[in-house]
Amino acid sequence: MIGLSCLVFFIGLAGVLIRRNLITMLMGIELMLNAVNINFVAFNHYLFPDRLEGHFFALIVMAIAAAEAAVAIALIINIYRKFATVSVDDVDELKY
Amino acid sequence: MTGPQTIFFILAAVVLAFSVMSVVERKILRAAIYLLFVLVATAGLFYMMNYQFLAGVQLILYAGGIVVLIIFSILLTSQINSKLDRPKKLHVFSAIFTGLGGMALSVITFLQFTFRPSHALAAEVNMRTIGIRLMGTGPEGYALPFEVISILLLAALVGTIYIARRT
Repeated sequence: MIGLSCLVFFIGLAGVLIRRNLITMLMGIELMLNAVNINFVAFNHYLFPDRLEGHFFALIVMAIAAAEAAVAIALIINIYRKFATVSVDDVDELKY
Repeated sequence: MTGPQTIFFILAAVVLAFSVMSVVERKILRAAIYLLFVLVATAGLFYMMNYQFLAGVQLILYAGGIVVLIIFSILLTSQINSKLDRPKKLHVFSAIFTGLGGMALSVITFLQFTFRPSHALAAEVNMRTIGIRLMGTGPEGYALPFEVISILLLAALVGTIYIARRT
């Protein structure tokens, strides 16, 4: 289980590094958060089944992931309106 | 091999295969759909471990919310059939190197640690327990994180509307 979440985490990391497109980078980040959730829940289930810390941590991580995705997508759409591209190499100005 | 083990290996194979495909796929919409499969299979893993509420939240929030948001943003920002550029050799090399290096480091670390599987009776996870724990202020309550999350969500809501408005 830990091996699985570890693999998914680093696949997500490679996804962030490999792509130059903002949306696919966001998808890589979602993969990483998902791997962290698997890890929390697996530890909770196999090592401390009488407690629920991992369960609630995973819930909180999910809520934060949702907020983060919403803000990121608002930013991406705004960037697209101004620069007409979502590639990180072309977006090189902070103040427009 | 017992039943739960078989299910675990099937779900794990689905998660791994689709996460690799979602990273290497060059058509961006297909990559989003592969991400959806990964998230649904993860919900299956949670269900297998008897955390039904978590599996439901995973399905609703990730599969229903985030993937739909991502697909909307893909449709708003690019052509459906457009392919991503082939990534540069240096980027591929550095990503694979970082991935393998980090993986080796963490595998070495967790192989050195001996995990002691607990045989305590599994806590019952029903809606009543979850509700009481989320609003509880006692030693095992999560009222503070719950309220912090609600403030974060409010801030994200206001911030998103402010960022995305037309100027």
